[in-house]
Amino acid sequence: MNLHAVGVVYRKELTEWLRDRRTLISTVLVPLLAFPILISGMISLSAVLIGGAKKEVPKIMIIHGEDSPAVVDALKANKEIEVVPFASNWQDQISDKQIRAAVEIPEGFQGSLDKGTPQTIQIHYYEGELKSEFGAEHVEKSLKEYRDDLVKKRLEAKNLPDSLIAPFDTKQHNVAPPEKVGGASIGSMIGYMVIILSMTGAIYPAIDLTAGEKERGTMETILSSPVSRLDLVLGKFLLVFSASLTTAILSVTSMGLSFAYMGHALANSANTSGAGIHMNLGLTSVVAVFLMALPLSVLFSAVLMTVALFAKTYKEAQSYLTPMTFIVVIPAVASVLPGVELTPKLALIPILNTSLICKEIITGTYHWGSIAIIFASTCVYAAAAIFIAVKTFQRESVLFRS
Amino acid sequence: MIDARGLSKRFQDKKRGEIRAVDNVSFQCQPGKIYGLLGANGAGKTTTLRMLATILEPTDGTAIVAGYDVVDHPEKVRANIGFLSTATALYPRLSAQEMVEYFGRLNGLDEATLKKRIEEIFSRLDMNSFRDRRCDKLSTGMKQKTSIARTLVHDPPVMIFDEPTTGLDVMTARTIIGFIADCRDRGKTVIFSTHIMSEVERLCDHIGIIHSGKLLEEGTLSELRAKHNEHNLEEIIVKVVGPLANAEA
Repeated sequence: MNLHAVGVVYRKELTEWLRDRRTLISTVLVPLLAFPILISGMISLSAVLIGGAKKEVPKIMIIHGEDSPAVVDALKANKEIEVVPFASNWQDQISDKQIRAAVEIPEGFQGSLDKGTPQTIQIHYYEGELKSEFGAEHVEKSLKEYRDDLVKKRLEAKNLPDSLIAPFDTKQHNVAPPEKVGGASIGSMIGYMVIILSMTGAIYPAIDLTAGEKERGTMETILSSPVSRLDLVLGKFLLVFSASLTTAILSVTSMGLSFAYMGHALANSANTSGAGIHMNLGLTSVVAVFLMALPLSVLFSAVLMTVALFAKTYKEAQSYLTPMTFIVVIPAVASVLPGVELTPKLALIPILNTSLICKEIITGTYHWGSIAIIFASTCVYAAAAIFIAVKTFQRESVLFRS
Repeated sequence: MIDARGLSKRFQDKKRGEIRAVDNVSFQCQPGKIYGLLGANGAGKTTTLRMLATILEPTDGTAIVAGYDVVDHPEKVRANIGFLSTATALYPRLSAQEMVEYFGRLNGLDEATLKKRIEEIFSRLDMNSFRDRRCDKLSTGMKQKTSIARTLVHDPPVMIFDEPTTGLDVMTARTIIGFIADCRDRGKTVIFSTHIMSEVERLCDHIGIIHSGKLLEEGTLSELRAKHNEHNLEEIIVKVVGPLANAEA
């Protein structure tokens, strides 16, 4: 291997790559802009929708209840809802969004209460419709307050303490630090995104440097130069690898900043410090994820180049590489599924193993044995892929396929 | 010089089975001379030249190019040749100068020598007006000049041209023909394939007629004329190739 020749090839490929508008769009602009646009769009949209829904005083209809004035009065006294007169088409009115919910009070409700017979009040609403769900929540809250008040009065009447119906309380206490809570919620996504993006970032240059070169007629030009096939492949491979890493780094940086902004915006808008999503991922964890993704990125770059080299044209290469996206997406998605945990066997399955270990790393858990096995096995796969790429570049039947 | 010794190339085709693209071809090209390889499309010219340029590896036989064996030392052979064909395109996003510099560096030239060579070649080929223009913005003539500069940058002793004027306009073709003649005058060993008879008559010191991968005839133009008692080169080729072509048909 001649490092000088590898460097010359890499420098030339880099120059061409940086001058390609399509590259800049797919590798730099899209990753940098996609997440901020998506996230800010989501925030704006949800702020508008939730804000609007919260501001509205929902119209509620009461069905029956003529013989139970106390509960009806309790509902009417709630300023957060507006009770409208009964109409027989209440169901249509909920569907048409004229009213948000309807409360069905069973006949003889008040009498049953007095006798101590349990009754059920039904709240009709439209699931999936935000304003209807808010309306139903207000009604339920109002009825619970009425019930608690009733229980309290009954206990007082019999000189019994409140603790009679609640002899003890339960309280949950979280021992996980905030960054690990945040890690658990979005950790799996970070690993998944790094893997997917390091592959998508490699696709375009892998095609351009192989099938693209054949299509443009420059393959024969470069093959007639003294550069060895090994140096040529390594120079090209380094460029594809660089593109893969650049896309992944830019995407994750952009995604991290967007999430940080989203966490901040949510905390401010909801005024619920602690209840929002924690986005404080440790820098060490993110760097560790990238280190684990490095050999995988090498594997992707070498495999994509090898497959694309079989194609004669850019379009043909695209048709070969599209199914490969699924091969990568499926194990990456599998790792995000609940209940899928890292086992010694899974630690040897490429992509899935890296995705699973990234999930653990982000939550601050470092199983060094698994990390070593996964890193080493992926390095072996990557080395094998580079070896196959070099061998494929030496096959005349592939280079001059007609 | 070039010394081809029983060069053969076989390909496997799923439908047609084994194809002998080049079959036991031997010839010699001397420094300061132009060897013309003539033949119809599919005769084996391109495969022969690609083997000499080490782009393809011979199935049997070998060739010594500029003192190096094409099988044993392909990289040394490539460092001593300039290869130009209609299939050797330019990198569209590099400028003419960057294109030539790239090949200079691949040929191991140091920066000072490279700079000197580029100034010399760009002046000789009148390329200074477009040296910084990207190759995808160049006219056909400019592209051919850049390709020539690319093949010359390391001053190779052997030049291989595979149908270099095919598809070019008259003026661009004249530039290429002039360049080939110039290479001979500078003492380089030149081999070129074509099916344009006027180019052969004008340039070639030695001619080889190839058909179905076999070298059927070889000699100077005057030797071929005398042997076949025919002045017109096209008629000579028909006489040499005709019986075989008819048998194959």
